[in-house]
Amino acid sequence: MSGATGVAAENGILGTVQLRIPSKPEWVAVARLTIAAIANRLPFSVEDIEDLKLAMAEACTYVIAANSNDAIDMTFETGKDFLRIRVKDRGAVRPEKALVRPTGVSTEGLGIFLIQALMDEVEHTTEGQSGGELVMTKCVGS
Amino acid sequence: MDIKVNVRETGSDSYVVELGGEIDVYTSPKVKDAITELIDQGHYNLVISLEKVRYIDSTGLGVLIGGLKRVREHGGSVNLVCTNPQIRKIFDITGLVRIFGIFDDEQAAQKALV
Repeated sequence: MSGATGVAAENGILGTVQLRIPSKPEWVAVARLTIAAIANRLPFSVEDIEDLKLAMAEACTYVIAANSNDAIDMTFETGKDFLRIRVKDRGAVRPEKALVRPTGVSTEGLGIFLIQALMDEVEHTTEGQSGGELVMTKCVGS
Repeated sequence: MDIKVNVRETGSDSYVVELGGEIDVYTSPKVKDAITELIDQGHYNLVISLEKVRYIDSTGLGVLIGGLKRVREHGGSVNLVCTNPQIRKIFDITGLVRIFGIFDDEQAAQKALV
């Protein structure tokens, strides 16, 4: 399910797009394609768009791996020079593991580490026991 | 979304796994199966070509790392062929450039196995 709304400029947000995909591996490509299409509307470089696609996919993969949701809900907020992605995780993301660079041949935390490395701002908000939201922002020309 | 996996033997007791397309959480099991099958058959020196790979995520990296771990247990090695700057960047960011041998062409990757 997807929907688009024109939003009055509030906190610099010019438009919002919402996307819900089934929490299954075969649907992650849809999230990647969606973010690429949205990012194309802003003056992001090709490299930035590739970064956004990867960060988007990693967030989806993390939620799928945690097996916590039937669906993945994403909100894309666009501004003049930034794109912010909100991913509802319902407890999937454990931010205490997010900042550690994987060492040696370990794969643990690799996806979240990539998100941290590729995006300009990464926040995690907790909403009690029900989980929280991963918020990732990329700025144009960063 | 697609992934192409082509395995071929070289003349020097090693195998080349050519990958093409996108390696993500959906397609990486197919890559894992191909690598696992080779290792189960006793082939521990592998060159994995990422030349035709347009995209790889952490699950794809995980498959490569898993393969490397297994061949190392048998004294083997995995070398990668990769010239795509976006893919190389992911190996740089994650520090995997220090774990894998990454080469610009298949010949150099094979030569470095022995």
